[in-house]
Amino acid sequence: MEFLLDPAQLMLQQSVARFLQSQCALDRVREIADAEQTIADDVYESARDLEIPGILIPEKFGGVGLGFLEAALIAETLGYAVAPVPFTATSVMAPTALLAGGSDAQKTEWLPRLASGEKTLAVGVTEQIARRTGYGVTALDGKLDGTAMFVLEAMEADAYLLADAAGAFHLVAGDAPGLDRNKLKTVDRTRSVAEVSLDSTPAEVLPGSVGNGEPLHATIDAGRLMLAADTLGAAQAMLNQAVAYAKERRQFNRPIGSFQAVKHMCSEMAAELEPCRSLVWYAAHSVAAIPSEARLMICHAKAHLAEVGQFVARTATEVHGGMGFTDLLGLHYWFKRIGFNRQMLGGPELIRDDAARAQGLLADSPG
Amino acid sequence: MDLAYSDEYEAYRVEVRSFLEENKDRAPAVGEHRTRSAREWQQLLIERGYAACIVPRRYGGAGLQPDILRSRILAEEFACARVPAGDSGDDRIVPVLLELGTEEQRQFFVGPSVRGEISWCQGYSEPGSGSDLASLQTRAHVDGDDFVVNGSKIWTSGAKTAEWMFCLVRTEPDEPKHQGISYLLISMDSPGIEVRPLKQMTGDSQFNEVFFTDCRVPITSIVGKRGEGWFVANATLKHERGGLGDPDEAEKRFGYVLDLMKEETINGQRIIDIPSYRDRAMALQGRILSMKFNGMRCLSHDIKGEDPGLARWIVKLQGCELNHQVAGLAIDVMGELGVLYDDSPHLRDRGLWQHRFMMDLGLIIGGGTAQIQKNLIGERVLGLPKEPKFEQPI
Repeated sequence: MEFLLDPAQLMLQQSVARFLQSQCALDRVREIADAEQTIADDVYESARDLEIPGILIPEKFGGVGLGFLEAALIAETLGYAVAPVPFTATSVMAPTALLAGGSDAQKTEWLPRLASGEKTLAVGVTEQIARRTGYGVTALDGKLDGTAMFVLEAMEADAYLLADAAGAFHLVAGDAPGLDRNKLKTVDRTRSVAEVSLDSTPAEVLPGSVGNGEPLHATIDAGRLMLAADTLGAAQAMLNQAVAYAKERRQFNRPIGSFQAVKHMCSEMAAELEPCRSLVWYAAHSVAAIPSEARLMICHAKAHLAEVGQFVARTATEVHGGMGFTDLLGLHYWFKRIGFNRQMLGGPELIRDDAARAQGLLADSPG
Repeated sequence: MDLAYSDEYEAYRVEVRSFLEENKDRAPAVGEHRTRSAREWQQLLIERGYAACIVPRRYGGAGLQPDILRSRILAEEFACARVPAGDSGDDRIVPVLLELGTEEQRQFFVGPSVRGEISWCQGYSEPGSGSDLASLQTRAHVDGDDFVVNGSKIWTSGAKTAEWMFCLVRTEPDEPKHQGISYLLISMDSPGIEVRPLKQMTGDSQFNEVFFTDCRVPITSIVGKRGEGWFVANATLKHERGGLGDPDEAEKRFGYVLDLMKEETINGQRIIDIPSYRDRAMALQGRILSMKFNGMRCLSHDIKGEDPGLARWIVKLQGCELNHQVAGLAIDVMGELGVLYDDSPHLRDRGLWQHRFMMDLGLIIGGGTAQIQKNLIGERVLGLPKEPKFEQPI
């Protein structure tokens, strides 16, 4: 019985953290955000050297073949650094969808390229979680119509993996006829999302996802877990900055961290955030080790991190006083990343209903 | 990461389980103490190595090596069989006597304590010294072969039934406050002690006030040296703090609340089917699970002999709060029925949830208030500076 990271996992996380520290400091994040780019090419190059894009992809497809816990540790570290590189969609959700529903040919074509980071795939599943009137994708005879909203990591992608109204996945080339991609500007300039509209656009269905919801659900679970881990890292970064600031900033001739009002804000953040680490570990570990619990645990990780992340983002900003509100410190990059993670792939209220469903508490629950 | 127990521990679990199946008819009822059957049960548990596990044999214990996983399996299996777990004597005083007591004190107290022949109460808090415990004012001066104790204690649970009290008193009034305290073992039969029950908001009286008037205590009853009482007491507080806010307890209680939500209906609709209630329950479940896994992480560190650090420091603060929220949810699920109490008609679950709602608030305050916990987390873990102190002469 050992519920702790092993030395290899710790080393993986440390090496990713070190590379981000040296190549993806706040100045670099700021340059990318100000230039309205959504990917730092040099940072992504180094991520490829570290084989980050292939973390989950089996070795026979050119990947590293590690598990969801390792992927979550990377997501956490990327969140800590507010790194403007694609990961959740192209390195976790897309491989999950392809492995669960792709044909052998699709796997052979795409997985090695995703693993090396030579190509990236965007993923659109929003309409399967919270469809808005007038949106969604329908498939007929190998052609897609309609609009997919909030397609993740879309601006840098070479192709798209879109869920249709029935929950089947389709691969769509970036230059396919009838496809139009509109960037959606969000508060978080370190990630990219787009609206992808389709007009009789040719697409290739993932055969295993037709009439079988499991590839879709596994893909949504995988993405939610990564966003939870990303928030864990981003919130930890904000807490660390708040504590450092509370030790250094002086008012009334003493460090503000010596006032209980400020000290307790820091302690509350730490007390709320620390157990989230164990929740993310358990949820990630359960995907392979205890699959019957995985969906419930991932739902709780995503929903609970959304709440704790928001609390930490707000409180850490308040600890910084007026400086927290300025652009100078750049604290807002973390604040916004946490805000983005909260809404993507389902906000906490929606996901808590999924948690209830996953344990058979809803009338429409299976079983 | 490996959540399975090794074969050795699985075998131990089977052994404990079959012992319980064979013997549970001999166990006393929950809450039954000091009876012949309770004493015999305790003796059986010690012989089997299921109680007073790490207390050496020469002091009446089972004399085993400490084993965190075995302790946990024991606790789980006894809880599962709803059989009272064995006393290790008193979790607070027995370890202190083993660590810091004299040989005479160990010979005299430890055996009867682990056999359940004597029980203890704790004399720490005073009316004027709660969070600032080290400012305590109960004094003792030496007169011949005795300390003479004057003052009062409060929040003393079990003072009506206990034979002995472990108690903090000020013996060195000229020393700085932490260095002026001594740790005494006081017989509750001593002349000059008066115990008055303290009625609490639940209607029960688990706590008492204890008054000392020229109460004479032999000078051999001191643990450690004069002025070392604060150090000795911290050794016991460490044992007490570990137990408050157990996340497995919150998870178990939450399970009962989910059952309640499936049973109770309003306007023909089950509470679990009303989205606002369900959402609140799910949010709470997420918090409970995070603390459960945090507990697994602490346990894993303990097994390796490592300090869990922040993960351990937050347990009392978060765990007690969660229990309070679980009870609060149960009451809201019952609505008007939730305020029924005592022996009212239509009472659900024997009025347990209102009782817990109040008791858990008591535990948020007791054993180091939530605010003191936040100071400790801020200062000892996050390294934030202490507040400037304004010391008054004692």
